[in-house]
Amino acid sequence: MDWHLLIAAGVKIVVFVFLLTLPLVAMAVWAERRVSAAIQDRVGPNRVGPMGLLQPVADGIKFLLKEDFTPAHVRKTFFWLAPTLVMVPALLTSAVLPFGTKLFGEPMVIADLDVGPLFIFAVASLTVYGIVLAGWSSNSKYPFLGGIRSSSQMISYEISLGLSVVPLIMLYGDLNLGHIVREQAHNGWTLLPLWGEGLSVRGLILAIPMFISFVVFTTAMFAETNRLPFDLPECETELVAGYHTEYSSMKFALFFLGEYAAMIVGSGLCVTLFLGGWSLPFGWLTPADTAVDVPFWQGLIHIGVFFAKVIAFILFFIVIRWTLPRFRYDQLMKLGWIYFFEIAVLNIILTAVLMWLLAPGSAA
Amino acid sequence: MTFLFYFFSALVLFGGLGVVFAKNPVSAAFSMVISFLGMAALFIQLDAFLIGVLQVLVYAGAIMVLFLFIIMLLDVEEVEKRKLSLPTVIRAGGVGAALVVLISTVLMRGGTAGQALPKLVASPEKSDVLRIGELLFGTYWLPIQIIAVLLLTATVGVVVLSKRELK
Repeated sequence: MDWHLLIAAGVKIVVFVFLLTLPLVAMAVWAERRVSAAIQDRVGPNRVGPMGLLQPVADGIKFLLKEDFTPAHVRKTFFWLAPTLVMVPALLTSAVLPFGTKLFGEPMVIADLDVGPLFIFAVASLTVYGIVLAGWSSNSKYPFLGGIRSSSQMISYEISLGLSVVPLIMLYGDLNLGHIVREQAHNGWTLLPLWGEGLSVRGLILAIPMFISFVVFTTAMFAETNRLPFDLPECETELVAGYHTEYSSMKFALFFLGEYAAMIVGSGLCVTLFLGGWSLPFGWLTPADTAVDVPFWQGLIHIGVFFAKVIAFILFFIVIRWTLPRFRYDQLMKLGWIYFFEIAVLNIILTAVLMWLLAPGSAA
Repeated sequence: MTFLFYFFSALVLFGGLGVVFAKNPVSAAFSMVISFLGMAALFIQLDAFLIGVLQVLVYAGAIMVLFLFIIMLLDVEEVEKRKLSLPTVIRAGGVGAALVVLISTVLMRGGTAGQALPKLVASPEKSDVLRIGELLFGTYWLPIQIIAVLLLTATVGVVVLSKRELK
């Protein structure tokens, strides 16, 4: 066993997951409250620290110090297990996201798997257990309904989510997220093929099915993370608070943070697949290939670019949440099965036909 | 990493025992999920990333969720403890023993008995996804298409039959 690899992986896990992603979760909660306040013409939390920036710390202390109340009628083992099952998969999926090029000669990805997107979908599909078990183990009506809604919703949208990525994988011919990002850095982002080989008739035409993919993927992502136009599992007006009605203090906080962590990893995946990951536009500061050593400052810039894109995407998530009203449950299912599923399948066929017509070797 | 192999094998067995012995159907289903996850980890240890990930994606992530869904919808309460009668134990033990004998016979007498199995070589330029894809959509494209149509027919058939019953 190579101790060097083990230690490097450990450091990357600690830095990326615990020092970058988790604080980002806290900041996302703060941003959510401030942006929603701005949209609703309120002030929002602005007392703790400058601009209320320390509000998440205060909230965290509150959650930790609150009484951890377990109702008498719950099924204890699963009641305790459920919150962790929401949080852990959300953080686990971040393992395959390439969040930079290199720092100290180390590639900036925790696990450089050849099945990146599949790994993310596989682990993310386990999140549903946390919610289902929370709903079931709470042993009361509203959480149960929330759990049932959530599981059917997640199963339905997982299909569109998976199918929407297929055209992109066809285009890049690779399932390694690191390779996909490097390809985008050199030949134009998936949605913005304006430099390198992407700036050609073929690249620009193929950006059309990629855009359709992007729309389906993002919408399915909203549904998968139970974010507002699709937050039926915890819909306050119908289900009190859905699957986490019976939870209090830190166990509730884990559900809450798990949702945000899933949102951040989802944004990270979307940025990686469609918006060029760590790369700057027009191939600026892009290392020629993996063998080239990247200067320290460039490595830092790449990480910064990745997180800037992720933060921009999170703000987009937040603005959508406070702009669109909630769907009805039958509308949600109809949207998933009748529209997005079909659009995703047709998009795969469209991409295949376009790739066949515009193949570099053919006369067309 | 033999330690990891034993750890995940123990997890698979632990999950399997849980499925058999859990009185609560939800616990049983969850034990099965644990067993699937252990199995996926074993596949990944063999460098079979695609199979490992599909194990989680399809079995743990989709099929078992549907199982749980049905169990919860039917609201199956805990099964009351059944008394084990001697004939049941003998019959079950017999079936189990027969299975063990069968599998071990195949392993002992099979074509590869006594020889070391060829080592799986992870080729650096081709990932296992690529190789499986080439086999499925290159060499065996026709059987795959036929199976796909069969599955589609079965799915459509189920929908038609269940909808007719409702009317």
